[in-house]
Formats: sequence, structure tokens, C-alpha cells
Amino acid sequence: MPEVYPQFEDIDQQQETYIVGMWAFLVNEVMFFGPLFFIYGLYAWKHNAVFYVTSHHLDYKIGALNTTILLISSWMVAMAVHYHQKNQLKKVCNMLWGAAVCGTLFLAIKLIFEWAPKFSHGLFPNPGFQSRYLAYYGADTNVDVARLFFSMYFAITGLHALHVLIGVLIFVWLIRLIKKRPDVITDYVPTEMVGLYWHFVDLVWIFLFPLFYLMPK
Amino acid sequence: MSSTVIEQAVEREEPAAPKKNYLNADHTIKSWLLTGDHKRIAVLYLISVTFFFFLGGLAAAFIRAELTSPMGTLLNSETYNKMFSAHGIIMIFFFLVAAIPAVLGNFLIPLMIGARDLAFPRLNLASWYVFMLGGLLFIIALIMGGVDAGWTFYTPLSSLYSQTQITLALVGLFLAGFSSIMTGVNFIATIHKMRAPGMTWFRLPLYVWSHYATSIIVILGTPVVAITLLLVALERGLRIGIFSPELGGDPVLFQHMFWFYSHPAVYIMLLPGMGIISEIMACFSRRPVFGYKFVAFSSMAIAGLGFLVWGHHMYVSSQSVYQGIIFSLISFLVAVPSAIKVFNWSLTMWKGSVIFSTPMIYALGFLGLFTIGGLTGLYLSAIGTDIHLTGTYFIVAHFHYVMVGGTVMAFLGGLHFWWPKMFGRMYSEFWGRVSAIVVFVGFNFTFFPQFILGYLGMPRRYHYYYIAPEWQIYNVLSTAGSTVLGIGFLMPVFYLLKSLKSGPIAGPNPWGATGLEWEAASSPPITLNFEGMPKVVGPVYNYDAIEDSESYRREMKEKVTK
Repeated sequence: MPEVYPQFEDIDQQQETYIVGMWAFLVNEVMFFGPLFFIYGLYAWKHNAVFYVTSHHLDYKIGALNTTILLISSWMVAMAVHYHQKNQLKKVCNMLWGAAVCGTLFLAIKLIFEWAPKFSHGLFPNPGFQSRYLAYYGADTNVDVARLFFSMYFAITGLHALHVLIGVLIFVWLIRLIKKRPDVITDYVPTEMVGLYWHFVDLVWIFLFPLFYLMPK
Repeated sequence: MSSTVIEQAVEREEPAAPKKNYLNADHTIKSWLLTGDHKRIAVLYLISVTFFFFLGGLAAAFIRAELTSPMGTLLNSETYNKMFSAHGIIMIFFFLVAAIPAVLGNFLIPLMIGARDLAFPRLNLASWYVFMLGGLLFIIALIMGGVDAGWTFYTPLSSLYSQTQITLALVGLFLAGFSSIMTGVNFIATIHKMRAPGMTWFRLPLYVWSHYATSIIVILGTPVVAITLLLVALERGLRIGIFSPELGGDPVLFQHMFWFYSHPAVYIMLLPGMGIISEIMACFSRRPVFGYKFVAFSSMAIAGLGFLVWGHHMYVSSQSVYQGIIFSLISFLVAVPSAIKVFNWSLTMWKGSVIFSTPMIYALGFLGLFTIGGLTGLYLSAIGTDIHLTGTYFIVAHFHYVMVGGTVMAFLGGLHFWWPKMFGRMYSEFWGRVSAIVVFVGFNFTFFPQFILGYLGMPRRYHYYYIAPEWQIYNVLSTAGSTVLGIGFLMPVFYLLKSLKSGPIAGPNPWGATGLEWEAASSPPITLNFEGMPKVVGPVYNYDAIEDSESYRREMKEKVTK
């Protein structure tokens, strides 16, 4: 029997309520990332030339690789929901594991190939930024604005990475629940909620990638 | 009678509290601190926000004492800055935003729509813990020296120059914001999906409509200010340079981001209060609220238009004149739905059978004070007058008329209205009326002189005014009034607490009000709110002034003289 909490009449009401709550939360998340994108867009428009030059210090190939990884993970999560609707739990867990691995891979690539070099070169917002930037790239552009670019880069990708990390942890937790607590996970709605969250995280990256890595002149 | 299949609740004659209710269901501390019951969480919130209210009030008392002399009396300039910052931050983020939704909203929304609890009880409890953690961090920041950037945290003062505990305070506010988001998500899911059979959208009490509008503002606006304040904290800690010109950023951008939330936040504070007034007006005029749909949709209109007017805080902050004109026009438009509400409440009383009970006196006070607050807002949305009045005591008086005269009056009115429901006991009606009148008189005494001060040009946030000693008389008047106001706010603490012990048993429906919370639930309600599943068969606010007037008057008279 599905577990219905005492405040609900039946399982349908409970699940519908969960979905409404999840969408309300996602609206809130959109408004959480929204200002960052807005600020970035504003500065990118204001300092277009500088941002263009600075954005080339990011490696679009790594960005594209990460985009692919996230897209695959999103597909896996979609399949997990699909299999859960058909009640094929084994496949659900496999798909969720796959998505969790993709998420971890994303974070690892981000950390090892993007953030770590930037940090070791001192190319993050810090008092010594100007001199380090000049040492690495020369006076190719306005360094103060370049610093602004990297501020936004670390703020947005940092917040996004935090969401990816939370997503991976939720995947692991959900797999555990599916295996150990069939009384809690009685149908596909929990998986769908996790899926909604993950698609949102993916979607943020889909906007992030072209904005930072593929900037037009 | 609006509604119900439960017989025992409809009868008013037998005022006996049920043996088991949410208050005495369990007595351990743990059962309170780990509760999922929305009613208990509401009581936890009530205690917390009352604490913050008096803490903020204490800071206000220091401010008023300081201003009695043109040369100041007891604080130095830095302490004064910290004092008004503490007052503003505590009152806005830890009292006004949370007060009505988290206390009365939490308690009443499930009862009003016929649900056994909010949709997500654990999230609800988590919101209280997050709120308290935020409050604790802010209090630690106060103990470690306080914050001097004002509640608006304008950059670059807040991000680069201020040497006070701003980072800690910002993290506290960030958490408080998350607490209110959790409540908002909970309310939206609950109102959408958990209404009892027959409780259609247009049978919802207007109180629920106003909370729905509020929750929409909360989930759209609060994350924006949360991320903005977080960026300021990052700018302080890591010097990432988004808002400070020294680091390549734009300080006016901060103001845009801040007011994008903080103007709608005014409606987060005000709309739930308006919902309370609708309930009280209908009950004590014995008439349905005039123009139900207009009042409901005006809440939604306020929520929508409220997001388009933030620029009126920035007429003198380098925005273009054309931008200013558009913001000015939309600001005038917001007055329309607010006015619809005021007119509809007035018309609700017309030909009604008005009873001047304590909640009604608070509600009438709200009506007058909010009208003054709203109309003086029009002076500020007009660019020409605003340029003269920006940053003066006129602004201070205006928003206190809206926030204190509006929200706090409504909160107190609502607390008195639903107190018998929450705790099952009646308070002293005499002292209730006295307190309502003292608050009203003290309030006007405090803040009306500030309109004059502002018109004469006294800037806000200054504590010396020896350049214009003629302002002293108004400041002394204001301080004297604030003493009266303080006494008015303290009085309910005593008689409400006393009522818990020795007040007469209220019975399920002491006011003869309509609505599921009165007609289908006992006072105090049982843990699962209703004995069975309530069904709604009739329209909302099913009052009849003529039928009710004689018997009801007699009954109320007995109650009041007791």
C-alpha cells in the first residue's frame, strides 16, 4: 500500500501536491539564477569587447564536453522516469546511477581542468588578480573588466556546481530509497521530482555554456 | 452558514473546549520542537516574532530618545547608525515579513480551506528552524558590534567600506529569506491542491486569496534579494567586484536588484494584513465582503503591478527621466487596486450591523492609517514631489503608516480575532478596546509630526539637527507619542497572557463568524483540525445583517460586559 501522509486524502492528492510544490520551488530557482544571468548579460553588453577577449581564456572544448555529459545525464534521468512509470526498478536504478556518474564526471572535469588551473594561476577574484592576469595573458584587454568577467564566471558556475553536487547526492539517496524502502517509494513521482530538478540544473548549464564560452564578437 | 456537515460546531451554546486539542495533545518540549502540526509551528513563530518585535522596538526607543534634542542625548553617531540599522533589519526581515504569514497564515490556511495540515509539514518546521538560525546569526552580529549600513545595505558602503558585522548579518538575512520561501512554496501547494470538497476558488475566504498573492511574490522576489545579498557578502569576503565601482562594478545595479525584491516585499508585508481586514470587516459588519471578486483580484493585481514599480525608490539615483516617468505611472496604477480594497471594506460596513469589538477597532484603525499611508505614497510616486521628499522624514512617516499602521494593526487585529480559536479562551474585551485605541492614538502622535518634519526637510538617518532647532518640537511630540504607542503594544502581552490562564472558555465560534475554521473546528482545534472531512456547500461570508442584528447584538453585549 502506498504511504499517504495524514494531511492528504489519498495518494493522488499527495502526489499532485508534491508536483505543484516542486514546480513552485523551480520557479523560485529560476528567480535565484535569474539575477546572475541578468547581471552577466548587462555587463557583457556594456563591456562587450573586453568580455569577448576574456571569454577566450576559457576552453570551449571542455565546456562542450561538459555540455554533452550533462545532456546524456538528462536523457538518463528522463529514461529513469520512463522506466519507473513502467515499474522496471532495476533499470531505474541503473539510469540513476548513470546520471549520478555523469554529474560527478561533470564536477571532476570542471574542477580539474577548469577551476584548478585558474586558481593556480591566480585568475580568480583576489587582490593580486591584475598582476597575475598580465603575467599570463599580457595586456590584451582592460584588466579590471576581465576581473569582472571572472567574478561572474566563478559566481555563476560555482552556484551551478553546487546544484549539480546536490543533484548527485539526491540521486544516490533516491537509489537507496528505491532499494531499501519500497514503502516510501511507491510510484514514479519521487523520481519525476528529482528529474524535474535535474532538468532544471541541466537547463541552467545550457544557457551558461554559450553565454560564457561561445561569446560572439 | 457557509458550509458544513459537522453539527456540533455550528451550535454556539455549549462553550466547552474539547478534551484533546493540539495544545494538550502532548506536553513534552520535544513534541513542540519536532512537531509537524501547522498550529504548533504557528505558536512557535508567534513567540519568535513577538521577541523580535520587542527587540526592534527597543532599538526604536533608543532612536526616539536620541532625537529629543538637536544635539543628541545618549548615543554617538556610530551607535546611532547601528541602532537604526538594527531597528530596520529586525522589524522588516524578522518581524513584518514573517509575522502574518508564518503565524496567522500558518495557523489558519489549512483550517480555512478544510485541510488537516499544510502540504509539507516538515518543510514548515524546517522554515522555523532556518528562521531562528537566521535570527540567531543576526543577534550574534548585533552582539559583536552591529551593522551600520541601514536595512538597505547600499553598496559600496556595505561591500567595501563598512567595518561592521555585515557579512554575518547578510547570511542571517539570506537564511530568513529562505525561511519565507519555504513557507511560500508550502502555501501555494496547499492552496492549490488541498481544498476541501466544495471549496472552490471563489469560495475561498479573501484571507486565503491574499496569502496566495503573497506567496507568489515571495517565490518570485525573495530569491532575487537572496542572491543579491549573497553577492554583497561575497564581495566583502572575496572582493569579487560586482557592485563596487572600485572593483569595476556598478552600485546602482545593486539598488535595482535590491528594490526589485524590496518594493514587492512591501506587499508581502501588507497583503496578508489586507486579508485579515476582509475577514474582520465581514464578521463585525455582519455582511458579506462587498465585491468579493474585486477584492480577490485586486490582491493578484497588487502582486503583479508590485513588481513593476521598484524604480520609484531611485528617482534620484541616476536613472533616466523617461525611466522615472514610466515607474511613476505604474506606481500610480498600484494605488488603484489598493483603493478598490479600501472602498470595498467601507461599503461592507454600509448598512451592516457594525459591532465595535477589539478586532473591529483595530481594523477601523487600519482603514484610516493605511489610507493615509497609501495617499502619501502618491506624493512619493510623483517625481516632482519625490525629489523634494527623498530621504526625508516624510518617507519615514509614509512607510510607518503603511507598515505599522497597516501591517501591525492588522496583525494585532487578526491576533485578537483568532486568539479564541488559537487558545480557546477569551481575553478581556475592555482592555482589548483600550489597547486598540491607545495604539491608534499613540501611532498618530508618533508619526504624524514626522510628515511635517519631512516636509520641512529633516533628513532621515541623521541624529543631529542643530542646523534647524525648530524641528525639536516635532521630534519631542513624536517621542512622546512613541511612548504611548509602546504602552499600547505592551498591553496585549499582559491581558492576552492572562487570558490563557483565566479567560472565559471561548467555544468554537465566539464571534458568530462564518468560515470553516469557526464552524467546523473546535477551539482550540484538534491536531487533525476537523473531526471528519468538512464539505462546503454554500458561498463564503454567508452573513445576514438583518437577521443577525438583534440576537447577535444581545449576545455580544453579554460577552463584552462579562
